Amino acid sequence: MQAKPFLIPTFEPDLMKTIAELKKIASQVRRDIIRQTWMAKSGHPGGSLGCADFLTALYFQFMRYKLPFTMEGSGEDLFFLSNGHISPLFYSVLARSGHFPVAELNTFRQMNSRLQGHPATHEGLPGVRIASGSLGQGLSVAVGAALGKKAQNDDSLVYVLTGDGELQEGQNWEAIMAAAHYKVDRLIATVDWNGQQIDGTNDKVMSLGDLDAKWRSFGWDVLHMNGNSMEEVLKVLETAIGRTGNGRPIVILMKTEMGFGVDFMMGTHKWHGVAPNDEQTAQALSQLEETLGDF
Amino acid sequence: MSHWDIYQSTGKKATRNGFGDGLLEAARKNPKVVALCADLAGSLKMDLFEKEFPERFTQVGVAEANMMGMAAGMATTGLIPYTGTFANFSTGRVFDQIRQSIAYSEKNVKICASHAGLTLGEDGATHQILEDIGLMKMLPGMTVINPADYAQTKAAAMAIADWKGPVYLRFGRPDWPVFTEQLPFEIGKAICLKKGKDVSIFATGHMLWQALEAVRQLETEGIDCELINIHTIKPLDSEAVLESVARTGGAVSCEEHQRHGGLGDSIAQLLALHLPRPMEYVAVNDRFGESGKPTDLLEKYGLGVKDLVLAVKKVLSR
Repeated sequence: MQAKPFLIPTFEPDLMKTIAELKKIASQVRRDIIRQTWMAKSGHPGGSLGCADFLTALYFQFMRYKLPFTMEGSGEDLFFLSNGHISPLFYSVLARSGHFPVAELNTFRQMNSRLQGHPATHEGLPGVRIASGSLGQGLSVAVGAALGKKAQNDDSLVYVLTGDGELQEGQNWEAIMAAAHYKVDRLIATVDWNGQQIDGTNDKVMSLGDLDAKWRSFGWDVLHMNGNSMEEVLKVLETAIGRTGNGRPIVILMKTEMGFGVDFMMGTHKWHGVAPNDEQTAQALSQLEETLGDF
Repeated sequence: MSHWDIYQSTGKKATRNGFGDGLLEAARKNPKVVALCADLAGSLKMDLFEKEFPERFTQVGVAEANMMGMAAGMATTGLIPYTGTFANFSTGRVFDQIRQSIAYSEKNVKICASHAGLTLGEDGATHQILEDIGLMKMLPGMTVINPADYAQTKAAAMAIADWKGPVYLRFGRPDWPVFTEQLPFEIGKAICLKKGKDVSIFATGHMLWQALEAVRQLETEGIDCELINIHTIKPLDSEAVLESVARTGGAVSCEEHQRHGGLGDSIAQLLALHLPRPMEYVAVNDRFGESGKPTDLLEKYGLGVKDLVLAVKKVLSR
């Protein structure tokens, strides 16, 4: 069944939000992640929690987007999520930023929902421009979208978030090469470098080696940040945006802690794709302030 | 020559040339048409487009997976990307990229694939994909077109620009008779080349010419075939197939593809559900190809004119 799109009033992100306000939003986003996965009894809380500060800052401070949502996104910044399994985060940020009603988070992973286990365009969920889940494809899509904007004289930015384990997919390196070759300089890629993947650490499963040197040698402008420090996220994202248009694509190698914000989910890859039970959910929520009202 | 037989070859030209010329025309008409190519611009005759519209041409190098993703991204911004590489690298190599980033994401990407089938010839089985129609037609929302000659490929390459949604356009390498100039091309609409009362032949791609030769030969033996060109394998013109078989009472499918998963399976499924009648496949039977001359290979693998004649006779005997 195809859900009908909701009518949403035009919403402009408030550029003057303080760090404290962004942290409050991120806290609510983390609650949403826990509650969505708890209610669905499935999903991926670990990586979602780790990237919550980054995606909150991106949508509430930096991205220039328009509502109601249009697929083409002409004249606005675009975001593509390549590591689609962190959908609970993506959905929370999209809902909290006005793309669709917050109450719809209730439907995560349920039948007839627009909030599929991994993000999809098929059900018409505002804010999603590409299906992702099968890893390694988002960067190519983002490079294509950036070239598409360039071809249409649209100088807005394209953002893409990828996982770190995902960089083991060879298609990424094809896209990395192409972006540098075509000087796609209105593209900001971010790698969630939490060092963890399903079967263990990156180093155990398949070493990524010197990521900084690798991206740099392909011709990218490389930045680093601690993705779990809102102050640093704001500073580095601002720097990255300031460095666009200089003939090189930009990547931010973002160190995060999987499960950040919930003590028992940190320091392990165990919570990559496991939902918390009732007791664990209560324990997690006790560590995260409810700031905007639960869905 | 019989009164119906207006389909004389006006010369030989490759279907890939039809693609190159059609792409150029589509681009002249619609500024949103762009093209991506994985290091085969010359082979796919995309160099004409590249020369006239260099700013709309993206060379992606030998990186087909990235090409499919980039095309999906370009389509997201409202462009109409045509991707170009060999049929094997357009489908099997990048099936998951097409499935997730293009088909499931409902992107308006035109996957244009040359050198399909046995008639690729000497390069051998690594490149002679015979499974691509099946792979593509299984994807929900994918339109699959396999034109018969230069003229039809050119018409198809132009028509897909105005067709909303992902398309797989399959064509080939060798010079091939050109004989469909006077036939109207409309996506999804079968073309009847000859009415007949004994057996319906449904042919796609290069095999339409083979089928025409078979129909001519059978006519001299007193067998009156109906010949229908199915250039659009999906969506199949079910009405045309059923209407024809209801009159003739039998069917032969004819394609440069595996029996499994191709046009024949689509027709067999339709007939099994709605109009069970005797049917034969002219297709490759669960084998890989090999190096050789195109027409020699067609004969060796059961796709020769004589195989068509035998298939028709078999249907008539059942």
